[in-house]
Amino acid sequence: MSDRHPLFMPLILVGGLIFGFGLGFSHMARPEVVLNFLQFEDFGLVFVMFGAAIVTGVTFFLAPRLLGRAPLTGDQFERRLKSFDRNVLIGGSIFGVGWGLSGICPGAAYASIGIGNVTILWALAGMFAGAYVQGLWRSRQAATETAGAGAD
Amino acid sequence: MVTDPVPLQLAAELFPNGISRYAIGGLFVGLGTVVIYLGTGIPAGASTFLESTLSYVSGQSRFQQYVSSRDWRLVFTLGIILGALAFAATFQSGMITSSLYQPGTTGELYEVGGLTLWSTDVQPWRLLVGGFFVGIGTRIGKGCTSGHGVCGVGSASKTSITGVITFMIVAILTAQIVAALGVSP
Repeated sequence: MSDRHPLFMPLILVGGLIFGFGLGFSHMARPEVVLNFLQFEDFGLVFVMFGAAIVTGVTFFLAPRLLGRAPLTGDQFERRLKSFDRNVLIGGSIFGVGWGLSGICPGAAYASIGIGNVTILWALAGMFAGAYVQGLWRSRQAATETAGAGAD
Repeated sequence: MVTDPVPLQLAAELFPNGISRYAIGGLFVGLGTVVIYLGTGIPAGASTFLESTLSYVSGQSRFQQYVSSRDWRLVFTLGIILGALAFAATFQSGMITSSLYQPGTTGELYEVGGLTLWSTDVQPWRLLVGGFFVGIGTRIGKGCTSGHGVCGVGSASKTSITGVITFMIVAILTAQIVAALGVSP
């Protein structure tokens, strides 16, 4: 978009840098450490997820009350709320199988490239392939639904 | 010899690598999210990048809905990679040491031009097949460990909390079964 604030992209980059540094520092970019958590050998991951969630939680709670609109977009501050349906359980379960098998989730996989983990490209290839397959399937599903509704 | 008090013993058992590197890393992850949120109002997650980037090469409707956000998601992901590289150049390379950062013993370290890099021992087939399920699951399930786990839980969203509990339980079961079958690493 041409009317974006000139600082929009630089801010996203800085946010990403801090985010990625945190994933490196916490060793979440190492699949072994995640697998150790899932096998109850090291519970440190709990501190990463809840440490991060507390920081965002305080901000997401206070920003809408204390601040007006986001300076770079003019958007209102809102919480991240997604509607609940069966997909959350189905998708969450499929994600769980993948996470438990590989020890890798999207953010941590990108960070893993940064710490030099070339082998992680296998996981990235798998993720793009998986996202593509579900996108193809859901695009077709959406097309059929529209066609079906039109025929009524 | 004086024995450790019970809480310390427990900590040593449950947290063999200490707590500080995890907690501090988590605070940074949260801080990165907060910086973006305070500037733009966007509660950023990492997994939408997969679909939004696919919109560059596929015309499917499912991907095209992310066209307006695909450029900043690319920048966000680039930032994550460079941020992790900054970690590799400092703490991982031993240029900065701190009692709050505990280096690990997993995987393999290797040197490239004075930079200490790290590579996993987890087998490529696990990464590929696991990644495939991750790619399908996060997109159907509306989020991943950062979208649901950090931003969603931070928003006290019931959907996200349910999502996190679901993928945690399934991931633990999966990892335990895989380990019981003797697959390592």
